[in-house]
Amino acid sequence: MDDLDSRAAQALTDIDKADTLEALDALRVGLLGKSGIVTAALKALGTLAPDERKARGAEVNRVKDRLADALAARKQILEQAEMDRRLASERLDISLPGRDGERGGIHPITRALERISAIFARLGYQRADGPEIEDDWHNFEALNFPPHHPARAMHDTFYFGDGRLLRTHTSPVQIRAMKGRQPPIRIIAPGKVYRSDSDQTHSPMFHQIEGLLVDETSSMADLKGTLAEFIRAFFERDFEMRFRPSYFPFTEPSAEVDIRWDAEDGSTRWLEVLGCGMVHPNVLENCGIDPERYSGFAFGLGVERFAMLRYGVSDLRAFFENDLRFLKQFA
Amino acid sequence: MKFSENWLRELVEIKADRAALAHALTMAGLEVEELTVLGDGLAGVVVAEIVAAEKHPEADRLQVCTVNAGQAGLLQIVCGAPNARVGIKVPLAMVGASLPGGLSIKAAKLRGVESFGMLCSAKELDIDADTSGLLELPLDAPVGKPLADYMGLPDASIELKLTPNRPDCLGLVGLAHDVAALFGSAVNVPAQAAAAVTAKACRGIRLEAGKDAPRYLGRVVEGIDPAARTPLWLAERLRRSGLRPISAMVDIANYVMLELGQPLHAFDNDTLQGDIVVRHARAGETLKLLDGSTAKLDEGFVLIADEHKPLAVAGVMGGFDSRVTDTTRNIFLESAHFAPAAIMGRARKLGLHTDASHRFERGVDPELPRRALERATELVLAIAGGNAGPVLVAEHVADLPKPAAVTLRRARLKRVLGVDVADVEVARIFTALGMRVETHAEGWRITAPSSRFDIEREEDLIEEVARIFGYDNIPTHSPAGALALAIEPEARINELALREQLAARGYYEAVNLSFLSAELLARWGFTERLVPLANPLSADLAIMRPSLLPGLIEALRHNRARQQERVRMFELARVFAAGDPPVETPSVAIVASGNAHAEQWGEPSRQLDFHDLKGDLDALIAWGGEPQRWSVHADGLPAWLHPGRGARVARDGETVGYLGALHPQLARTLDLGADVHVLELTLEPLLARRLPLARPVPRFPAVRRDIAMDLPEEISWSQIEQTVRGSLGLRLQELRLFDRYSGKGVEAGRKSLAMGLILQDASRTLTDDDADRCVREAVAALEQTCKAKLRG
Repeated sequence: MDDLDSRAAQALTDIDKADTLEALDALRVGLLGKSGIVTAALKALGTLAPDERKARGAEVNRVKDRLADALAARKQILEQAEMDRRLASERLDISLPGRDGERGGIHPITRALERISAIFARLGYQRADGPEIEDDWHNFEALNFPPHHPARAMHDTFYFGDGRLLRTHTSPVQIRAMKGRQPPIRIIAPGKVYRSDSDQTHSPMFHQIEGLLVDETSSMADLKGTLAEFIRAFFERDFEMRFRPSYFPFTEPSAEVDIRWDAEDGSTRWLEVLGCGMVHPNVLENCGIDPERYSGFAFGLGVERFAMLRYGVSDLRAFFENDLRFLKQFA
Repeated sequence: MKFSENWLRELVEIKADRAALAHALTMAGLEVEELTVLGDGLAGVVVAEIVAAEKHPEADRLQVCTVNAGQAGLLQIVCGAPNARVGIKVPLAMVGASLPGGLSIKAAKLRGVESFGMLCSAKELDIDADTSGLLELPLDAPVGKPLADYMGLPDASIELKLTPNRPDCLGLVGLAHDVAALFGSAVNVPAQAAAAVTAKACRGIRLEAGKDAPRYLGRVVEGIDPAARTPLWLAERLRRSGLRPISAMVDIANYVMLELGQPLHAFDNDTLQGDIVVRHARAGETLKLLDGSTAKLDEGFVLIADEHKPLAVAGVMGGFDSRVTDTTRNIFLESAHFAPAAIMGRARKLGLHTDASHRFERGVDPELPRRALERATELVLAIAGGNAGPVLVAEHVADLPKPAAVTLRRARLKRVLGVDVADVEVARIFTALGMRVETHAEGWRITAPSSRFDIEREEDLIEEVARIFGYDNIPTHSPAGALALAIEPEARINELALREQLAARGYYEAVNLSFLSAELLARWGFTERLVPLANPLSADLAIMRPSLLPGLIEALRHNRARQQERVRMFELARVFAAGDPPVETPSVAIVASGNAHAEQWGEPSRQLDFHDLKGDLDALIAWGGEPQRWSVHADGLPAWLHPGRGARVARDGETVGYLGALHPQLARTLDLGADVHVLELTLEPLLARRLPLARPVPRFPAVRRDIAMDLPEEISWSQIEQTVRGSLGLRLQELRLFDRYSGKGVEAGRKSLAMGLILQDASRTLTDDDADRCVREAVAALEQTCKAKLRG
C-alpha cells in the first residue's frame, strides 16, 4: 500500500518533468498500461480478503484518477507547447505577392460605352444594331439627306466601289429599328462609325451611341429631361447644361447639348457633348410610321468624348494605340 | 460666316452688349465660333501725316520724322518702319496713350534723339495681323482725328458656324432680321433705289439651262475709272469679315455678297462677244478660271458663256480671260439665281469651295438679284464713276421657287415642344422673322419671305418658334409614354460578360482600326474575299479587316517594342468578307506571348504554350454549358498557323475559328518568336449558352480507379477518350488525364499516360468487382484499338 503511494508520488513528479508527448506516453504505459503499477495493484485486489478488498480498491482507484488527471493535464500543456512551436515555425511572409493574381482589363471606350448603355437600359432602351458597311439609303437618304446636300459634305465618307459606304454615324440603326416595328420604340445603338478624317482630334474610326424614342406622347421637354438625367447619371454630378438650336437633316427641331465643364486650370467653358432633336416627320414616313400619330426624339453622342471627359484622357489617339501602359490604367 | 459687329449694328438695333449679342446668337442656333475684338483701347491714337523724314544720325535703320498731328501740332518722332516716308498718313500713338498690347507711350530718347510718340503698324493697334510696316491710311484721312472714330473702331470680328439650313444668314441683312426677332427690335435696311440709267449699252441674255438657272440679270457700266481705289470703310468691313481687299470691282461684288447674301460677278464687258448664254456645259469643255486653274467640265455644270466661248462656271467661279483688270473701263455686272441642285457638289468636283458656291448650293433668295444689282451699281458709280446701262433681265418665273403658306396647328406645336407658347408670342415671332401670319381655325397660316425657302412644312415652323422662344424656356420632364420591357435572352451570354471574363483571365482589351494594308494581309495570306475601300486615307488603312489577328499582332509588336515581354490582349469586333451585301461577322480574338504566368517568386517560370491558350478556350466553352458540342481538329488549318501546333475549332462540326502558335515563317517575317499564340473565334457560337435543366444529384458514391497505359505517340487523347467512353458507356462519369510521360523507361515513339476513371452507377453502389471489371474492359478496348499496353 505504502509502496503504491510512494510510487504514485514519484510518478506525479515524473509526469511534471516529462517534456515530450512520447516521454509522457511512456509514463502513462508504466502507470496505467497493461503491466503498469496501477493495473498491477488492481489485479492484486483479487488476492485480498473481501472486507479488505473494498477499502483497498477505493484507495487504488483514487491513485489511478489522480495519475490520469495529472497525465491529461501534462498532455494538454505539452500539446499546447508543440502547437506553439509548430505555429512559430510555420510563419509566412504574408506580404509576398499572391500567386496568379494578375488580371487584365476592358478598354476605356468599352467601359464608357457600357456605362452609357446601362443607364439607358434602366430607362427601358433596348440595344439595337446594324451593319457597319451601309448603303446610301440607310445612311443618308432615309435620314432626309438629299443627294449632294451640303449636310453630306459634313460627313467625310468612306466609300466602296459598289455605292456602299462605311456608316458615318449610328443613325442608320434608327431606320433599321423603325422599319421592322411600330411604336412604342426605345432603342440604344452603340457601335463603330467611320469618317475619312485623321488628325490629333479625329480618328477615321470612332464610336457613337444613338438613342431613339418614338411613342404617342413624347416631346422636346421629354428629350431635355431624358438627356439631363443621363448626363447626371453618367458623371454622377449636376452640370449647368444648355440646349442650343442646331441642324441635323433627320431631326427638327434639332439641338446640340453643351455642358459647363471645369477645366483643370480653374476656368470653365461650354463643351458640346450631344446632338439631338425631334425625329423629322420625313424620317418617320420613310420608315412607315405615321408622324401624325407618333412623335419621337433621337440623340447621338461620341463615346470617345465621354471617355475622355470621364477618365481624363487628353489625346484621342491613345485609344487606338493599344499601349498596355495606357490600357492598364483602366483595369 | 464672318462679319463686323459694327456693320450688323448699323443694320439692326441691338439692345445688348457684345457678350449678350454673342450669347443670343448662339442660343438662336447661329453659333458664335470665334469672336475677335478689334481696336479696343485706341485713346490717344490719331491720324497723323509725316511731313519730314531724315536719317537718324546714329542709326541706319531709324528715321527722325516730323509729324503733323493736327491740334497737337508738329511732333518729332523716331521711327524704324521701312515704309515711313514723307506724305503718307499713319496712326500716331501720342504720349500718354496706352496701346492694346499694354505698351504705354512716353516721351523718350532713342539713340540720343528725342521722340514724342509712336507711329504704329496695324498689329500694334490690334486691328490686323500685318506687321510689315506702318498702317498706311488713305491720303484723305483727316489729320488729328482720333483713329478709332476714323476707322469705326472698336469693333469685333464675329465668326458664325452656320448650319446648312440657314443660308439666309450668309448675308448680313438676313442675319439682321433674325437678330431683330431675337431682340424685339427693327431692322434699318433702306429700300434700294434704282440707279439712274445714263448709258444705252445692252446685251442679250439667253437662258438655256431650264430650271437650273431661272433668272439672270445683268447690266453694263461704261467708263469707270480703272484706277479707282476701294474706300477705307469698305475695305475695313471686308477685312473684318475675313475677306482680303483686292480691287475696287471685286471688293464691291464681295461687299454686296456679304451685305445681302447674293453672289455677284463682274466681267470686262469688252471681252464679251454677243449675247450672254446661260447653258449647260458640253462634255469635255474647259475653262481657265480666275485662280489660274483649268476646269474640266461636263453636262452637269451650268456655264455662263457668250456666243463664242465659256466665261464662267455658274455659281462657282468666273473665268480668267473675262476678268476685270486694272485697265478695264467697261464692266458687265451679273446677278443671277441658280437652283441649289444645279450647284451642289459642282465646286467640290473641281476641287474648289468658293463664297459663291457655298451660298448657291445652300440656296439664295431668288428675289435678291435685282436688289443686289442695283446696290452694286450704286457702289460702282460712287467709287469708280461711269454710266450705268439699263438692267437686263431674263427669267423663267415658273421655275422660281415660290413661298407657299404652311399651316401650324396650335395642338401640334404644344405636342412637339411640350410647352404652351402664347398665341401672341407665336404671332410676334413669325412677324418679326418677316413672315406673313394669318389666323386659322387650328392655329396659323404662315407665309415665309422668299429668303426663307427652308420653311416647307409644319416642323420648320415649330423649330422657328422654339428657336426664338428659346430652348432654355422649354421645361424638362421624363417621358411618360408606354414602355415595353426589354427582354434579355438567358440563353445568350452578353458581350460585356465575355469581356470581363477575358479580363479576369489576364487579357487586356484592345481596340484597333477596322482597316489594314493589303501588304500586311498578304503576309498573313489573306488575299480572298477582301473588302477594299474606294477612297482610303492611306495604303495602310485600305482594306476592311478579314480577321482581328493581324491588327492585334501589330498591337502586340507595338508593346513588345516598349519593354512589354508578356503581352496578353483580346479584341471583340467585326471582320469583313466580300459578298452582296458584304458579310460582317462579330468575332473575338486573343493574342498572347511571353511567360505563361506573370513572373513569380514561388514557381518556376514557363513559356506560354498551345495548351495554355487551349485552357482559355476550354474555359470559354465551359461557360456555355455544352462542351460536348465543341471539338478541335488538327486538319484544315489556315496558312498562318503552325501546322503541328494549331487547331481548327468546330461547334456541331462547323468550323468557328482557329487556335495555336503562329506559323514560324510568319513569326519570322513579323520579327516575333515562337511564343506568340493566337485564338480567333466567331463570336455568336461562343455566346450561346444552355438554359440549365436540373437533374437529381447521384445518390450512390463514385469509385475511382487509376491506370497507366503505354501508347504510340500518334494516338491522340481524343481517340483514347472516345475509346474508353465507348467501352464503359454511362458507367464512366469522368476520365481524368493526370500525367503524361515519354523518355527513359518508355520505348521511343511511345508515351505513357496516367488516367483516372471515375465510375458511377445511377442505381446502386459499385462494388470492387464491378470497378475491376470496368478497368479490364477499358484496358482491353485500349489495347485493341489504340495499340496500348497496360503498364505494371
